Amino acid sequence: MSPSATGSDATLGGARFGDRLFKAALTLTALAVPVLLGFLVFELWAGSREAIGEFGLGFLTSSEWDPVEGRFGALPLIFGTVVSSALALLIAVPLSLGVAIFLTEFAPMRIRGPVSFLIELLAAIPSVVYGLWGIFVMIPFLRATVFPFLKDTLGFLPFFQGPIYGPGMLSAAIILAIMVMPYIMSVSREVLLAVPNTQREAALALGATRWEALTGAVLPYARSGIIGAVILGLGRALGETMAVTMVIGNRHEIAASLFAPGYTMAAAIANEFAEAVENIHLSALSYVALTLFVVTVLINAAARLLIWRVAQGGGGKSA
Amino acid sequence: MNRAAARRRRSHFMVGLMGLAVVLAVLPLLLILGTLVAKGASSLNLAFFTKMPVPAGETGGGVMHAIVGTLMIVGTACLIGLPLGIGGGIYCAEYPGSKLATVTRFVSDVLNGTPSIVVGVFAWTWIVATQKHFSAFAGSVALAILMVPMVTRTTEEMIKLVPHSLREAALALGYSRWRTSLTVVVRTTLPGIVTGSLLAVARVAGETAPLLFTALGSQYLSFDLDQPMAALPLVVFTYATGPYEEWHQLAWATALVLILVVLVLSVAARLATRGKFRQNG
Repeated sequence: MSPSATGSDATLGGARFGDRLFKAALTLTALAVPVLLGFLVFELWAGSREAIGEFGLGFLTSSEWDPVEGRFGALPLIFGTVVSSALALLIAVPLSLGVAIFLTEFAPMRIRGPVSFLIELLAAIPSVVYGLWGIFVMIPFLRATVFPFLKDTLGFLPFFQGPIYGPGMLSAAIILAIMVMPYIMSVSREVLLAVPNTQREAALALGATRWEALTGAVLPYARSGIIGAVILGLGRALGETMAVTMVIGNRHEIAASLFAPGYTMAAAIANEFAEAVENIHLSALSYVALTLFVVTVLINAAARLLIWRVAQGGGGKSA
Repeated sequence: MNRAAARRRRSHFMVGLMGLAVVLAVLPLLLILGTLVAKGASSLNLAFFTKMPVPAGETGGGVMHAIVGTLMIVGTACLIGLPLGIGGGIYCAEYPGSKLATVTRFVSDVLNGTPSIVVGVFAWTWIVATQKHFSAFAGSVALAILMVPMVTRTTEEMIKLVPHSLREAALALGYSRWRTSLTVVVRTTLPGIVTGSLLAVARVAGETAPLLFTALGSQYLSFDLDQPMAALPLVVFTYATGPYEEWHQLAWATALVLILVVLVLSVAARLATRGKFRQNG
């Protein structure tokens, strides 16, 4: 491997020593990432061992959360996490795909860069600032206009019944939607850019309109990458903490109404961890963290595999 | 003929719909920035940056303790996270086929998607629980863990953009491998590595969740990493969820400062490599 072909034996040896040292140092830093992951899993497991021993897998299906009695079940948290994230995707996916498609296929060249830059700035806004805005601007607005409207028009559905508090599941879903949109947009944009131009040109040459070229030739090619982008957004939504805990109402309950307050796994950890005194309470929260971690790892691994597949198939690079 | 016109109309309609999506997507950004400026700017004065917080209910006071805290916590995180991340990135780019590179790459991607609150729990179990007290250092470690995978990936992507001919030229001149890597390849990519690092700093500077039960927050000016310390995002959270009107006012102003810091870092990061490399979303 050593490329030094010139110089005396002494410098050659020096170069080889330097190369070995260089590689050893880099190897140590590269090892840090997998070692950290292993350590993280171990610590989370060690932290939740007590709760795992006490409640087992029943923890995930029980709805009881009583720190005083020392009884814990994470079902309302899991429910809140899944429902808020799913709703957020329902809102964010059409929007972000629309933006990504518009920016790669139809927008005038001049505005493509600036607009995607603006939307990526949304991803740079700290979560706690979204929360602040959610509490003082978004929720008062929703409570005054959108929520009463939904209740009046769709009130026959169980999702839109009951009192309107303001903070609740739907508020959390809307703020989550704003937050995950830039991720889904930017990854699906990369995926669409990786679709070869010949795909578009072939369809247009056959007389397809631009919309037909998109749905017939571009989207099928990019499909698994776009699914990957959506799953990546899901991973973000599931783990989002601060903004959610500030607008979801924080109650360990399962309610059919989207106006009712709820709770998510991440929000419960954020709120209760620093204040928990009993070991079993801490351990239960750690168990929640472990569950959240396992779920997000699986989701991210799936998303990465899908995106990599398109990137390889298309010969281009993606996130 | 009519069918063709209908198809065209449908195409125009769908494209218009997607243009509308762009407007809807940019709207929140403008709304959030607008409210921050409208509600926060009036409280920004010299006292805000140089004074300490006053007791609840009184007006005035500043967030100097949190500015110092954020600088110290994030600075320490950089000292830990940047060397590890950049080193890992160079390894993945220099030995791309090796098993370790593949593993590191994949694990980085997975860690990148790990919720920051989980990393906070990890730092708590590892450092706070063993030391038996909250500390700013535990917060720095949590932020560093968030930085490493980000920096690893961007560094690798940037180095991969260096043309092979440059590396070959250096090797042909008799440079050893490590020297080629450091003085030719890494040096060429330096702006790209700076970009990646700045983006990582921008992201962790706004992180609240991993600091909640590590750095914890404090009402006092502190330079001791072994003690609880205030940070800008923690101040926003505490003041926003507190009951006092004065607190809400301070929360807006602090959020404005925080977002200015983050946006300046993000924009600087992009400018550092403008036109030189393809951006890495």
